[in-house]
Amino acid sequence: MTERAEAIAVRGLRKRFGPLEVLKGVSLTAREGDVIAIIGGSGSGKSTFLRCINMLELPSAGSVAIHGETISMKPDGHGGQTPADRRQVQRIRSRLGMVFQSFNLWQHMTILQNVIEAPVHVLGLSKGEAVERAEGLLRRVGLFEKRDAYPAFLSGGQQQRAAIARALAIQPHVMLFDEPTSALDPELVGEVLGVIGDLAQEKRTMILVTHEMKFARNVASHVVFLADGMVEEEGPPDAIFDAPRSERLRKFISSIH
Amino acid sequence: MADAGSLINWSLLALDPPGWGGVLLTGFANSIKIAIGGYALGLTLGTGGALGKLYGGPVLKDLLEVYTTVVRAVPELVLILILYYAGTDLLNRLSLALGYGSVDISGLAAGIFVIGVVQGAYSTEVLRGAIRAVPTGQIEAARAYGMSPGQILRRVTLPAMLPHAIPGLSNLWLIATKDTALLAVVGFSELTLVTRQAAGATKSYLLFFCAAGVLYLLLTLFSNMVIGVIERRYRRGLAGHAS
Repeated sequence: MTERAEAIAVRGLRKRFGPLEVLKGVSLTAREGDVIAIIGGSGSGKSTFLRCINMLELPSAGSVAIHGETISMKPDGHGGQTPADRRQVQRIRSRLGMVFQSFNLWQHMTILQNVIEAPVHVLGLSKGEAVERAEGLLRRVGLFEKRDAYPAFLSGGQQQRAAIARALAIQPHVMLFDEPTSALDPELVGEVLGVIGDLAQEKRTMILVTHEMKFARNVASHVVFLADGMVEEEGPPDAIFDAPRSERLRKFISSIH
Repeated sequence: MADAGSLINWSLLALDPPGWGGVLLTGFANSIKIAIGGYALGLTLGTGGALGKLYGGPVLKDLLEVYTTVVRAVPELVLILILYYAGTDLLNRLSLALGYGSVDISGLAAGIFVIGVVQGAYSTEVLRGAIRAVPTGQIEAARAYGMSPGQILRRVTLPAMLPHAIPGLSNLWLIATKDTALLAVVGFSELTLVTRQAAGATKSYLLFFCAAGVLYLLLTLFSNMVIGVIERRYRRGLAGHAS
């Protein structure tokens, strides 16, 4: 069997906020079709790690490559680094579908406008084509009827499903989920996890930062446990959840059950 | 003059001489032109000023701080006198020095410039506050989807800040319409100046100043209607403000 292509390769990622080092050299490889769940306590750096992949946070050191293309960095003069080519970052971002904890739908646009925004204005799709694609996606996440509503008039679960449609509309190489259910009322979590679970079944490449352990176990092909800015343990979900080797992971798993 | 028993000689408001109505309306039109021009210039300066204050380098930020502080500290009447007389003087000297001879600056252009500079300082602050009120997540999402800084500004930041800016900008527009009256002191034929001329010539002070007051009031009422429409349009996306 041939090795699947590397969708994301992160090497030795460090992130420092002032005197505080949040990430202390994290590496991760996601091959096409992988669903990688990143788990860990609060303050473990898991969200920061995800946000470094598309340069929403600039890593202080280390490299990120998407589909074999390394994001070129240059020193920023303050001991950190900054992207050498803004356009390269924009181009790479335009193929990473990010879903945020607090949805971050554009409030001044309708749901449909939110979904076609990046395809039309970043990827240069014609409006007709983008609308057609968007309507299909909205139907799929069960929001076709809400396409002309403004985000503020939707429930959190509906907003997050719309945000997932927005991410899918750019036909992303990789989907990045940053605690997609943490801001939701408990009764709305299920509908969002349902949509994400379907995407995992399609073998979409996804990186998922989550607190939903049961969900991580069910959909992930690989689980990474971050603690204190480092990869404490990683492996297939069964190994991570049933046979944790490190003391910290054991404690973490027992604390959430 | 007036009929016996009638306090007010309405015929003085007739559009054609000897009535002064036409003169008043011309002055009113001039006032509106200056208000619109000055407001537009002020918005342009204000947008640039707000962006400069938020995203500019330290030198630019300091310069803008000086601009907004000075303009907002000095009474507008004084500013108008400074900018109008000193400004035209400076311009003339400059053009003489460059060998162009003295230039004749139209009252309209000078008025628009003066009102625009004053408005720019205030709208800088209104827009800066409105831009800061846009949730960071909105801008972060735009970055995450690969928009360029210019696109983020046009597609997200500016439209998203509008609902926050409209109340302040509406106030500024109403102030602009009335600041035009200050240009009377430099002899520009806007509504207040022509009203004073009409009243002085006919001694009908009550009639003409009330007429001018009504015109200013009508302008405000009309503006309020337009502002209402704009506000409803841009608040559509905000919960709790559905129409």
